[in-house]
Amino acid sequence: MDFGLSDDQRLLEQSLRGFLADRVPIARVRALREAACPNDRDVLRGLAELGVTGILVPEARGGSGLALLDAALAAQSLGHAVTPAPFLASAVMAPVALAALGGAEAEAWLEGIAAGERVLGVAATESFSVREGAGVSLDGGSLRGLALMALDAHGADGVLIPLGADRLALVRSDAPGLATTRLATVDATRCTAELVLDGVAPEALYEDAGNAVARMLDAGRIGLAADTLGACEAMIEQAVAYAQQRVQFGRPIGSFQAVKHLCAEMIAELEPARSLLWYAAHAFDALPDETPALACHVLAHVSEIGREIASTATQIHGGIGWTDEQNLHFWFKRIAVARHLLGGPEWLRARAASIQGWALAS
Amino acid sequence: MNLEYGPQYESFRAEVRKFLEQHRSAKPSDSLIDVPVAERSRWLSLLIDHGYWARTIPREYGGYGAAPDLLETVIMDEEFNRAGISRGMNAQGPSMLVPTLLEHGSEEQRRRWIGPTMRGEVIWCQGYSEPGAGSDLASLTTSAREDGDDFVINGQKIWTSTADKAQMMFVLVRTEPGAPKHAGISYLLLPMDSPGLEVRPLETMSGSIGENSFNQVFFRDVRVPRANVVGARGEGWKIANTTLKHERNSLNANAEGLLLRLVRLMEKETVGGVPALASPVYRDRLLRLQARALAMKCHGMRLLTCGLKGESPGVAGLVVKLQNCQLSFDIAALALDVMGELGSLYDHTKYEREKGFWQAFSFFSLGLIIGGGTAQIQKNIIAERGLGLPREPKATRG
Repeated sequence: MDFGLSDDQRLLEQSLRGFLADRVPIARVRALREAACPNDRDVLRGLAELGVTGILVPEARGGSGLALLDAALAAQSLGHAVTPAPFLASAVMAPVALAALGGAEAEAWLEGIAAGERVLGVAATESFSVREGAGVSLDGGSLRGLALMALDAHGADGVLIPLGADRLALVRSDAPGLATTRLATVDATRCTAELVLDGVAPEALYEDAGNAVARMLDAGRIGLAADTLGACEAMIEQAVAYAQQRVQFGRPIGSFQAVKHLCAEMIAELEPARSLLWYAAHAFDALPDETPALACHVLAHVSEIGREIASTATQIHGGIGWTDEQNLHFWFKRIAVARHLLGGPEWLRARAASIQGWALAS
Repeated sequence: MNLEYGPQYESFRAEVRKFLEQHRSAKPSDSLIDVPVAERSRWLSLLIDHGYWARTIPREYGGYGAAPDLLETVIMDEEFNRAGISRGMNAQGPSMLVPTLLEHGSEEQRRRWIGPTMRGEVIWCQGYSEPGAGSDLASLTTSAREDGDDFVINGQKIWTSTADKAQMMFVLVRTEPGAPKHAGISYLLLPMDSPGLEVRPLETMSGSIGENSFNQVFFRDVRVPRANVVGARGEGWKIANTTLKHERNSLNANAEGLLLRLVRLMEKETVGGVPALASPVYRDRLLRLQARALAMKCHGMRLLTCGLKGESPGVAGLVVKLQNCQLSFDIAALALDVMGELGSLYDHTKYEREKGFWQAFSFFSLGLIIGGGTAQIQKNIIAERGLGLPREPKATRG
């Protein structure tokens, strides 16, 4: 019985956090928000050197072939540092699908991702939320339609597009007929895009890919929960540090129970959620039957506590927390936007319920 | 990360299971505290003989004498839980006094009290809280004045559960009136039939639904031999803190089991003509609770791992009481909402639900949020010891 992190996992976390503090401090994050696309390729190459982009890529394809728990810890560190990097779609979701599907195209992409030379987005929003009549379909061998809020797809080299529940298309970004436009959200650290497909020929089309698509989404949900958890952790650290140092009425505000109890409530929510995240990520590899419901549960739960923590940590800072200069809003917005990227809490809980056989009355 | 217990532990699990199958009929059907002492002692002795109770207590004190093994404890708890049988007797003697005697008691005290307590032959109650000393327990004023070989006790205790059934009390009294408040307290063992001691029942909000028996205990010139002090005179505060630590460890709720019971309820109770489980609103509330229960279950595994490795869990270990007690209350709240206007019935008519279980449990779990250190005290502990936030300035601490 060992429900904890290994020495290797702690080491990986430590070296990644060291790299991010050194190479992507908050000043660099601020600078990158002015760029057309915040996903900076320099940062990506650095992450590749650390083995982070290839964390889930099989060793035969140049990756480290580690488990989802390792990837989740990396996602947590990236969330902690609000790093703009196409990690979730390109290094977590895409490798899970491509490694399961195999084939020459998949192998080439996996190698490119591990090397930090290629980025692959994922356009899966329509699998859980259709708005504006969006949806992509296959029409005589070519793809037509609209995909919204595609993850990491802007500035990427290609994109994976689920077609219904069973098929998955792999499309190059420079394919004729594909127009990719960035959809800028309030979170300047994450890239989402609109894809308009007008007779696009996929580089590869995978039939019977239902399981690969489902696993890709499960991995994405656990990875996104980890990102939010890391961001929450950073907000609590900043709020506690501020409460220790800020003096009002002649005392550090952290000595007032009104403030102290807010800090206690945040950490009391965070720590059990961290345990749940570890379990869900571990289950992805060790207990696959439990994973679909767990992936929904962990993302919904972390999204819920994330909203509370983001708001509370900001309030503890008082007015200064609400300013641009204090930078807290980078974490606040990262948490807020993530809440809806792979299914909002209400949708996720409904899905977790139906997975357990608890259907609504018709 | 490895959630297997390993073959050696799985064979231990099989032994426990076999024992429970063979001997479950020997378990008294009523609550252990309410059955005749001979019956209680027979069952608990059987458990001790097989090592499923008093497992790590040395043989010379009446225990089984095994080396401590956290995983064995977890497995025993899991299997007894699965069989619907409580492991041993959930009472303050075994859970609080015995660990304290093992840590601080004299050889004579250990030999005299631990065995009979574990066998249920002596029932204990805890005399800590007073009307004027709740969260600020160290401000207690019940006094013990030295008189020859005795202490003479005067004062009052409150929240004394099972005082009406107990033969003995472990009690905190002020023996050094001039000393600073934390330094003047002693930990005494006191027979409940001592002249001058009076027990009065304390009705709680649970009323007749609940099974709790809280009391107030009054002392008027109650004499107790000086030899009944545990540890050194004036060190009662330190000793009490060991006992409280044991109490907090034993306040963990079984949210998973409760949640299952709630699901069964939601399958059969209807709202607007459909089962509550098939209603989007109630189902969503259930799923929120399920995530919290899952998180606390995983958190338990994480803390268990820390225990096995001898690592301190840090702040992660301090949040358990706060979170579990609130979760229990919230699970009961959904159950009551699902039953709606009939959920509050306690009239033994055919409309009553589950014999008022959820109503009683709701009251009980509210008590748990307060008892053993209120939620607000827990938050102070989490923030000060766990996050390093400054303590209250001295002036308001008294």
